Amino acid sequence: MFEGASARHEGVEMFEGASARREGDEMLQSPPARPESVARRGMRLIMRSLRAHPWPHAVAMIGALGFVFATVGGAWVLGWTTDNVIIADSAPRRDAVIAAVAVIAVSAASGVSVVMRRWFLAMAELRTQRDWRRGLLHQYLDLPMEFHRRRAAGELLAHVDSDVNTATMVLKPLAFAASVMALVLVTLAALYAAHPLLALIALVLFPALALISHIYTRAVEAPSAEVQRRVGEVSTVAHESLDGAMVVKTLGREQIEVQRLRDASERLRDERIKVGRMRGMFEPLVDALPTAGSIVLLLVGAWLVDQGLATPGDLVLAAMLFSLLAMPLLVVGFFLEEMPRSVVSLERVDSVLDLTVPSPLSAGPQVLGSAPLSVNIAGLGVRHGPHVVLNGVSLDVRAGETVALVGATGSGKSTLLEAIAGLTPAESGSIRLDGTDIADIGGDELHEKVALVFQEAFLFADSVAENLGLQRRSSPEGISAALAAAAAEDFVAALPEGQATVVGERGVTLSGGQRQRLALARALAGDPRLLMLDDATSAVDPVIEARMLRHLRNLDATVLIVAQRISTIELADRVAFLSQGRIVASGTHDELLARDDYRSLVSAYEQAQAAAP
Amino acid sequence: MTDLTNRVDNDANADTTAGAMQAGTDSAAIDAHSDADTNAKAMQVLRRGLRESPELRRGLGVTAAVALFAAAGRLMVPILTQLVLDHGVLGASGYRPAVVWALSLSAAGVLAVVMIASRAAYIRLVSMAETVLVNLRVRAFEHIHNLSLATHTASRRGVLTARVTSDIDALAQFIQWGAMSWIVNPVLIVGTLAAMLIYSWQLTLLVIAAHLPLLPFLRWVQRRQLTAYGRVRDRVADTLGHASEAVSAAAVIRSYGYTDAMRNRLDSAVQRHYRAQLSAHKWFTVMLPGVDLVSSLALAAVIVVGVWNADSLGLGAGGLVAFVFLVRLLIRPISELGEVFDHTQTALAAWWKIISVLDMEVEVAEPAPDDAESLPSGPLGAELRGVDFAYRTGGLVLRGIDVAIPANANVAVVGETGSGKTTFARLLTRLADPTDGTVRVGGVDLRRVAPGARRRGIRMVPQDGFLFAATIEDNIRFGRPGATAADAAAAIDALGLRPWIDTFGAGVHTQVGQRGGRLSVGERQLVALARAQLSDPGLLVLDEATSAVDPETEEALAAAMMRLAEGRTTVSIAHRLSTAERADLVLVFHDGRVVEQGTHSELLDASGVYSNLHKSWIGSTRRSTPPPSSPMTLAELAEH
Repeated sequence: MFEGASARHEGVEMFEGASARREGDEMLQSPPARPESVARRGMRLIMRSLRAHPWPHAVAMIGALGFVFATVGGAWVLGWTTDNVIIADSAPRRDAVIAAVAVIAVSAASGVSVVMRRWFLAMAELRTQRDWRRGLLHQYLDLPMEFHRRRAAGELLAHVDSDVNTATMVLKPLAFAASVMALVLVTLAALYAAHPLLALIALVLFPALALISHIYTRAVEAPSAEVQRRVGEVSTVAHESLDGAMVVKTLGREQIEVQRLRDASERLRDERIKVGRMRGMFEPLVDALPTAGSIVLLLVGAWLVDQGLATPGDLVLAAMLFSLLAMPLLVVGFFLEEMPRSVVSLERVDSVLDLTVPSPLSAGPQVLGSAPLSVNIAGLGVRHGPHVVLNGVSLDVRAGETVALVGATGSGKSTLLEAIAGLTPAESGSIRLDGTDIADIGGDELHEKVALVFQEAFLFADSVAENLGLQRRSSPEGISAALAAAAAEDFVAALPEGQATVVGERGVTLSGGQRQRLALARALAGDPRLLMLDDATSAVDPVIEARMLRHLRNLDATVLIVAQRISTIELADRVAFLSQGRIVASGTHDELLARDDYRSLVSAYEQAQAAAP
Repeated sequence: MTDLTNRVDNDANADTTAGAMQAGTDSAAIDAHSDADTNAKAMQVLRRGLRESPELRRGLGVTAAVALFAAAGRLMVPILTQLVLDHGVLGASGYRPAVVWALSLSAAGVLAVVMIASRAAYIRLVSMAETVLVNLRVRAFEHIHNLSLATHTASRRGVLTARVTSDIDALAQFIQWGAMSWIVNPVLIVGTLAAMLIYSWQLTLLVIAAHLPLLPFLRWVQRRQLTAYGRVRDRVADTLGHASEAVSAAAVIRSYGYTDAMRNRLDSAVQRHYRAQLSAHKWFTVMLPGVDLVSSLALAAVIVVGVWNADSLGLGAGGLVAFVFLVRLLIRPISELGEVFDHTQTALAAWWKIISVLDMEVEVAEPAPDDAESLPSGPLGAELRGVDFAYRTGGLVLRGIDVAIPANANVAVVGETGSGKTTFARLLTRLADPTDGTVRVGGVDLRRVAPGARRRGIRMVPQDGFLFAATIEDNIRFGRPGATAADAAAAIDALGLRPWIDTFGAGVHTQVGQRGGRLSVGERQLVALARAQLSDPGLLVLDEATSAVDPETEEALAAAMMRLAEGRTTVSIAHRLSTAERADLVLVFHDGRVVEQGTHSELLDASGVYSNLHKSWIGSTRRSTPPPSSPMTLAELAEH
């Protein structure tokens, strides 16, 4: 079992190593101190699981109790066998058979109880994991975009994966630990029945074991936290160095990098050896204590037998029960040791679960017509945290007009589009589509009439058709038409299974330009009345882009487009020039060229123009 | 008496280790290793592993000592019980306190020795194993750095990195737990059987026969377990895949009203994940009761046969009691081995993957020091003759390249993605060697150039602008061994980067963060350019950044590149129109060949591939944009 203890340490270590790789420094910080005790928070964690899944927990608990009785019963059977079958001079042959049957029966009972405990406990634990995973993922879908801007993707994935696993670790020894009290009482009673002196030895030995285990747990806590930190460090060095392998090679720094990794690995080794030394002290000691107890027991027991105060069978029974108690006490130790880690992980999970999802707008009557939408923005202010991104933006776009948004990086173009699409809440001012404030337009209607295409063209791991349709009411013809309009027809037709080809992470790899064309087709497939492109053609070949843009000219929709190519800018009826969160000028491209700042920005774009797609 | 200890022992052991195993499988799934190479035979892995880490052999003595001490400690109690019962209590002369005391004291003495010795041996074992791991990790890491970079794609690099991180960690985890099981338990099983033999060979045979059905049972369970864990790994990866879609595509999902469909996908992924985990747990659940039941059958047989034939077996009462204990002593090591099995598989697979990295051939071998040549100083010309290149998998990427680049020339390489431009640059800098043909720089075959001379004379500035987690100044100084702060400052000034540096509060002492993450892409490339300037190469290979950067950095970059190019040969993989227009020589790549070469105007007149490309650029970029009335300074630009 001591190997078991170490495996548990390492398991956790490896685990958090993995998270540290994903999350970087985040995992290395110690959790914030909370006034409430770990034990109390741990109990709340357990109660949550118990309340959610009472039946599997109850059956597991019954199994654990059954196991206690089977175990004590087994000891009693062997004690009885010693006295009445093995030592007795004239035991009938039948008694040996009775003993044999009893041994098998006890083993069968014990087996059933083990299966009950393990299986149903696993069920309870895994169902708890499932609940939390689902809860997290639903939050990821339902919380506003602001949430995703604040939290790193790696962190959110770690919540679903390692945090949920670690949070439920404390449930693993739960049934066993709970049955320990019963075991302690039953065992002490049985020892007392054999002889009070034997119970007395137990009363000295067991607290000693509990104390040693407690001391070890405390002592090893800091070094094993250090080991975890070092695992993260080694991993950071390896990732950084191999990511930059090209530069390392160009600069001839291989040996310096190797030395860096060696230093980090040696620091990890030293910490692991430190933990190993403690374990090397603890394990032999705990292994030896029950044996030492048994020696004392035999010494005292031999005298008791001689005095006729006990039988050899009592001695056997006592010795068995005796060593029996050491184990469960240690399991309780593990249980307590697991708690802080589990509690901290659950806190991370709860930091998402506890967030309130704003209630969705009731699906009111359709307020938008089927014609292109006009857009009226007045005094719009948007902040990301403390940072003011848009500051009093006012812009009126007529229905059917095409307006290009031009501005340097960070001027607020993307945020403006996101605000119009309802992804980012306005702090002040208003956005009206066809005269209706977007706050009063139902979510479904907004999604149907307004389409935003992002620079990062995200494709789901699904077929081209599903990626375009996204469960909306688009017909196959509509999808084909959208592909044609986005100049994606030809390459999709050339895919192994045409529109049924799976793309995305686990499918066919597409170039950046192809992905952007599919993303545009996705927007067109919904037949929007306001189309917004956020630098959505940056990776598309200029010749193909020209084709796409020509089509957009004929679209029966209002178009807002963030552009970096002169050809795109010139396509627009009007240009709105943004700088530092404001619209500083608006007019045709030619009119705006009179401004030095606009001209200098546009000529920088020209410099940056990609020569080859 | 040990019987019950063992049972409880085993069980709690198993319950807690289940967590560790689960953790192992879960985090292994994140790396999504292919399982193709995990089927390597255990013995094969061990043999190769021992050859790669000879320190392991030296640790064999210590290992044996650990096993023997642990076995002795566990076998002591049943033997002592027998001796006390037979000679101290139930013997012919009744209760003999002196014998009981003598036995007890010597047992206590043995116990103390075992405890101290096994502590020492255990610590030696841990130190040895940890040292082996450090060396293995460092060797694999160094080997990866020495591999040709031509085959390093981003995903491939991720896999290689996992070899020196999660795979080594999986081994470390195994060494500290599973390995101890494999060392102690077989010795314990053999030791227990040997002790049984001393009491009665007949009963020992009976016990062995009764345990035989365990072999097929455990093998069967293990096989099921492996398959089940494989499924769990797939499901974990699936859940994470869907979860990462929900996170990365958050904006798309929201703006296209895809939330409900996504919710269904996620729910069913989580449910499948749960099903797979629960079903895998089934095998873990039945393993211990199975072993226990078989052991109880053996025990029952021993009781019946032992009691019925007490006289003919010549076993005293104490002997039979001891024998009963010994039978129970077998449960723990057997079930422990059964339960560490899948762990062992994971560790062997990880070990094999690490060894496979060491087996990868270093394709770009440096010349022997006596044989190596240096490069002439000053601008270096380059000449490629009949060069073909193919990556290890796949067809020719470059074919029949014949190009002469005069010293001091300013060359632009253009062509579509996948036309071979990047591979061409890699061959020029010897990040790979041609499959056929020769690459000469400064008149010397690159394969014969000493590595030091190559690094000084030829410099590549990749577009990703990777920086080390240090200050800007340090990163520039890495350009040449022994460069000083003054050298770095000179490089900054030479490229006109001082105004840009001054925009940072801490100036050159600004920390750039991991991979240079605190700087923008364009800014990272500025540092990389200064680094190249400091090394003053004769041949400079530039991969221009494709991503659009903000205008002010863009302008600074263009100016710095122009200055850096002065006085040396430059080959630019051009993503900008202006670069090709300025060049002395334009190489047009198409489908792995150089289809056109000449100056910008020659190529325009030729009306071939280049002039077509150029027309479409002009269409998309050049219209009626007059230049700004007065060129703005960097500082002025920064204010906009």
